[in-house]
Amino acid sequence: MSEAAEQPAIERSAWPGVAWAVRRDLRLALRSKAELGVQLLFYAVIVTLFPLGVGADPALLRALGPGVLWVAALLASLLSLPRLFAADFADGTLEQIALSPYPLPALISGKILAHWLTTGVPLVVLSPLLALQFGLDSSELVALAAGLLLGTPTLSLLGAIGAALTLGLRAGGALLALLVLPLYVPILIFGAGTVEAMRAGLGAGGELSVLGAALLAAAIGAPLASAAAVRIALD
Amino acid sequence: MSFHSINWFRFASPASFFPVAAKLARWFAVLAVPLAAAGLWLGLVVAPTDAQQGDAYRIIFIHVPAAWMSMFIYLVMAAWCAVSLTLNARLSAMMAQALAPTGALFTVIALWTGALWGKPAWGTYWAWDARMTSELILLFLYLGYMALRHAIDDVRRADRASAVLALVGAVNVPIIYFSVQWWNTLHQGATVSLTAAPKMASIMLIALMLMTFAAWFYAIAVAMVRVRAIILERERRTSWAGTLAGAAR
Repeated sequence: MSEAAEQPAIERSAWPGVAWAVRRDLRLALRSKAELGVQLLFYAVIVTLFPLGVGADPALLRALGPGVLWVAALLASLLSLPRLFAADFADGTLEQIALSPYPLPALISGKILAHWLTTGVPLVVLSPLLALQFGLDSSELVALAAGLLLGTPTLSLLGAIGAALTLGLRAGGALLALLVLPLYVPILIFGAGTVEAMRAGLGAGGELSVLGAALLAAAIGAPLASAAAVRIALD
Repeated sequence: MSFHSINWFRFASPASFFPVAAKLARWFAVLAVPLAAAGLWLGLVVAPTDAQQGDAYRIIFIHVPAAWMSMFIYLVMAAWCAVSLTLNARLSAMMAQALAPTGALFTVIALWTGALWGKPAWGTYWAWDARMTSELILLFLYLGYMALRHAIDDVRRADRASAVLALVGAVNVPIIYFSVQWWNTLHQGATVSLTAAPKMASIMLIALMLMTFAAWFYAIAVAMVRVRAIILERERRTSWAGTLAGAAR
């Protein structure tokens, strides 16, 4: 209670905090474009491995395509998660961010949004091109891209919780995968399900609605949980 | 002694809970053994052979209690985590830590017995059905919780970080529970429910209930034994634990 009394009575709204964090993280990301390129290349390489591994039978590839693209998206998202907090944690910036008068969940929302803009969006843009290699037709390409567009921000949001929980830990990478991938599973199921639903003639509306609902729920809950986890890591 | 005359928060202290846990462990173990014996006898010997499934169905007397306990223990664990985060209570975090291995064990038993039953009944050990997949995710959540605890050296940080993870993962439990209603995949709907008349012979239901309570009391007894070990390990530098160790020596 005493801490609250000592703070000046300035009501800081959340939105400038979000905007500041987005601008800062975008600027930082754009100054290391090569790193972003490597993430995208990782996605493309993972996707390319599957036809080489399972054989180039067009019918098989068409059946596997959506799942392969989604699994690769999950792995690419997982690989990019340490970018969210690790560097800021290592040089003490995260501590300063946590001390700022803006609400910490707002600043973290901004960081997550910037993370999605720099890692999720390029992946969504690239996915139709990769899906063509698997012989998906145009309506399926649209369903896949729409699913990724709604699903990848949820991946960034859920992943932020795991990234914050594993800050500064030994064996952080493998542990992060164990914590985050189970949380990703529902997104994977419904994301790959969009294309399956298109093929079954049902339309992708149901799956896309579930992905949208998951995005809304994660957008509210994940920044709060990540903020709690960051404060625990900084203690 | 009336309910209000006991100071319940006294038991939030590990030192005063330590002897209580010993008593609870003993009594729940004493209750669990005859319940399990009676349940197994009723289920494996007395209950009639099923008209469609033959004797293979008898594995439900293990499978269903284990599956219920796997979800129930996760919820209890998440509740202790919520208490430990909000009230910053050490013992609550220790309770959650003590429950996790038992919950993981019941999850493995539920998956394993389900696979053994699935082979004669469905013709396959495993299918990527909604309920099995979500139960498998539950196992990963338990393992993730334990792995995160082990990775953090500072105990208090481990308490709080794993509590956040357990609470986030709690979203999965209702998904498992309602999966057979939401997705009409391979796993059948619930046979036992509180609101509808049971769809099985009453002798089977009694055996199932006995096994459920046996599993429940076993879980409590084991968690109490484990929480005693955790308390001693963490409080080893305190004077009361030192006195205890001295008396034992």
